[in-house]
Amino acid sequence: MMKKRGKGFQVFAASIMLITCLIIVIPFLLMIISSFTEEKSLLLNGYSFFPEKWSLEAYRYILKSSGIILSSYGYSALVTLTGTILSEGMTVLLAYPLSRKDFFAERFLTVFVFITMLFNGGLVSQYMIYSTIFNIKNTFFAYLVPNLMLSGFYVMIIKNYYTANVPVELIEAARIDGSGEFYTFYKIVLPVARPIVVSMGVLIALSYWNDWTNGLYYVTKPEMYTFQSLLNRMIQQINYLTSGQMMSNAAQTQIPSVSVRMGIAAIGVIPMIIIYPFFQKFFVGGLTAGAIKG
Amino acid sequence: MISSLRSKNSWINGLLINSQFLSGRKWPAVYFVGHISNDMRREKKLKKSELHLLLMTLPGVIYLVINNYLPMFGIVIAFKKINTSKGIFRSEWNGISNFKFLFRSADAWLITRNTLVYNLVFIFLNIFLGVLFAILLNELWSKTFKKLSQTILILPQIVSMVIVSYMVYAFLSSDNGFINNSILISLGKNKISWYSKARYWPFILVFIQAWKSLGYNVLLFLASVVSIDSSLYESAEIDGASRIKQIRYITIPLLKPAMITLGLLMVGRIFYSDFGLFYQVPMDSGPLYPVTQTIDTYVFRGLSNISNLGMAAAAAFYQSIVGFLVIMTCNTVVKKVDAENALF
Repeated sequence: MMKKRGKGFQVFAASIMLITCLIIVIPFLLMIISSFTEEKSLLLNGYSFFPEKWSLEAYRYILKSSGIILSSYGYSALVTLTGTILSEGMTVLLAYPLSRKDFFAERFLTVFVFITMLFNGGLVSQYMIYSTIFNIKNTFFAYLVPNLMLSGFYVMIIKNYYTANVPVELIEAARIDGSGEFYTFYKIVLPVARPIVVSMGVLIALSYWNDWTNGLYYVTKPEMYTFQSLLNRMIQQINYLTSGQMMSNAAQTQIPSVSVRMGIAAIGVIPMIIIYPFFQKFFVGGLTAGAIKG
Repeated sequence: MISSLRSKNSWINGLLINSQFLSGRKWPAVYFVGHISNDMRREKKLKKSELHLLLMTLPGVIYLVINNYLPMFGIVIAFKKINTSKGIFRSEWNGISNFKFLFRSADAWLITRNTLVYNLVFIFLNIFLGVLFAILLNELWSKTFKKLSQTILILPQIVSMVIVSYMVYAFLSSDNGFINNSILISLGKNKISWYSKARYWPFILVFIQAWKSLGYNVLLFLASVVSIDSSLYESAEIDGASRIKQIRYITIPLLKPAMITLGLLMVGRIFYSDFGLFYQVPMDSGPLYPVTQTIDTYVFRGLSNISNLGMAAAAAFYQSIVGFLVIMTCNTVVKKVDAENALF
């Protein structure tokens, strides 16, 4: 039936979609191909889709270099793991009482969370508070705490999910059976909300993994860089690779800086692309949960 | 609020009445002796459960106080002479002189213009492309192709703006960039030093923004497109309407409410810009500031330059207040158009 109507338009749709997909993939391709290109041909011909000579030099260098790249990778993983667990925990816990119409502070706390979605104090004020009162500069907390840990928006999404999917009777029944609030939440509410909780977890993990702003604001020590901060630092200072920190162990005369730069960005992307099909379902679920209800 | 709670939650009602019973003002206590012990037990249990619920919110509430509420009060720093060693609350007041400096400079106008104009373009383009590609995606007959293209469209969403800036650099770098070395040379043209020519950047930034957010924008509309009743198309088909006409007269009108609502919600954020897009992608390049400086980049740059810190604080204050007013206005309008999707 679909095929009968407007075949011409379907062909048109397919070709536009094909071209668009190419446009989206091409920058990824250029970056990955460049990282496998020999330094010399890069310097000669620039970044190209059809390199004169392929080479693994960039990756060999990354493995051999002082380890700052790999350790930043590990640091990112640590921040992401800790951050996601704490953030997810806080979010699902805060959202639950807000979904309980019989909770005396439900209205007050909902408004309390809501205000944070409408108004914020801005970067200067936040920066001053974190750096002067809490002294988080150059600590682990600098990556963990500012902005990323709890989003009022996610709280509202999960709260609405609880309201829509966890029947009041279920909670009532658990209470009558003598179940405490924590037990009810853990054994009854959380399992029901599992899809949204996993989706939000993916969004939170991704925002921790991809965050580079907290590093930019609060971290100045290179040995504390996460992967994104390192990338950020390297693109700002084109010569960062060839100077100071990075040189210490890698006593090489010729550093393949042009291809290495793309190589490092590529090792940030390739693992993501590989695991992306596995979390895509949850990721899309999370994004659509934030979309409008109509 | 309390009165509405009372009427809404019958058990709270019960609780309040019970406590009246216990105080024994209205009825002789003896009369209810049998009930009192039961009620007391029930009341204690309820209190405990309330306490537990309250405990659950505690970590989140503390975090919001630190991360959101303290900075809200800290906003007064815009009226102070900032002394980083004294911190926000002990710095000295200096009235509105930060604002005077900011609004006397050319920057205030520039950052406002850039933020607003870019956002307006983004909003229109995002809605247009979102609707267009949601329709196109729905039109594909091969399930595999449909799935694959959806996957690809969302791909840019999973990478950070830093990675995007590396990709852009691979194209635009003046020495090694793909465009200079492969395209312009083969066309017989001179190399362009992209990172110092401001006039190209409005287009580059708009393109990158569209590239990165396309998948998300499609998701926003896809559900609405899919849910349109196919019998509408079938009857249009019988009447001899072409596919284009069906889209023009059936799909678009049905998507209009979603377009308006989303548009308004986006307008609500019009005073905020994507810091990564405007700071990272142009590689913080000075010659590009006239077209890349937005309120967010201006405030950040003020942080790293003590002589501009006062103006940055003033700009942040201005963004917070005006941004708040815009959100409230937009939400009021959304409420009128489409109450279900209003924020509150």
